[in-house]
Amino acid sequence: MMRFWPFVAFAVLAGFLYVGLGLNPHEVPSPLINKLAPAFTLPQLHNPAKQFSSQDMKGKVWLLNVWASWCVSCREEHPVLMALSRQNIVPIYGLDYKDKNEDGEAWLRNGGDPYTMIASDTEGRIGIDYGVYGVPETYVIDKQGVIRYKQIGPVTHQSLRETILPLVAELQAK
Amino acid sequence: MKHLLILLFCLLPTYSYAGEAKDLAEDPVLEKRMIVLAENLRCLVCQNESLASSRSELANDLRREVREQMKKGLTDQEIIDYLVSRYGDFVLFDPPVKSYTLLLWYGPFALLLIGLAGLVFQLRKRKKTIPENQLSAEEAQRAAALLNPPKDL
Repeated sequence: MMRFWPFVAFAVLAGFLYVGLGLNPHEVPSPLINKLAPAFTLPQLHNPAKQFSSQDMKGKVWLLNVWASWCVSCREEHPVLMALSRQNIVPIYGLDYKDKNEDGEAWLRNGGDPYTMIASDTEGRIGIDYGVYGVPETYVIDKQGVIRYKQIGPVTHQSLRETILPLVAELQAK
Repeated sequence: MKHLLILLFCLLPTYSYAGEAKDLAEDPVLEKRMIVLAENLRCLVCQNESLASSRSELANDLRREVREQMKKGLTDQEIIDYLVSRYGDFVLFDPPVKSYTLLLWYGPFALLLIGLAGLVFQLRKRKKTIPENQLSAEEAQRAAALLNPPKDL
């Protein structure tokens, strides 16, 4: 029996390392999950004279998608958001992060605009409040204004199907 | 000619004058305090770099945030708490002792104890499996002869 111990120890170690291979070190769990989403008021991208306030969203389940025209993965994500907005399941609000207004608008003219409304966070301050560290990021916020889920990196058809949409349906039913 | 050369050499220092590098920050004391604080914080983009040394955009913004909070008169601890509330314990290079970091902090000691226990167990078992032999009278005599050979040989 004793001679199997080294093999068992090796198998356990190999198991840990194998699991580690599949983990993404860039995915840092957000401490904001199940906390109130930080309130903000920012100028609207399409109409900078007007403000968008996150307080106005009370009573609705909504997605806050952090994007930018300079963000490469946002290109990958964009068609997914376009498809989602056509389904009219949940409103998508955009936060144009550290971007020039004209760049952001040009980007939307090219690929289409899936957003109900977009707030421009030119200096990235609201981004810091939300713990944004890699665009794109998407927050699912419930009727009480609590963050229920954060998608780090692009939203995909798979993540919509498996995580985001079931969660949205559950939150809307509440 | 020689004198002229010496004269020229004397002029050299006036050309090699360079101004002292100016401090970029408006407030060097605050900047120093910010750097000391930021050295213990992790940049989330380039994860093994500190917030003080990273050149990423986010690190720049976070340094600005820290500077502004310092100007507002927040203590270092309050600023750290703010960043942790946004980015999680991950921003700390020194993870706090919590229920889910217990393994991280005390796991190595637990492994050491397990190893020691295993060693003691093995040694005891060996003592049992290899009993000390009692020598018969004849063997004792032979051993004594080998250990203390006669002097005249």
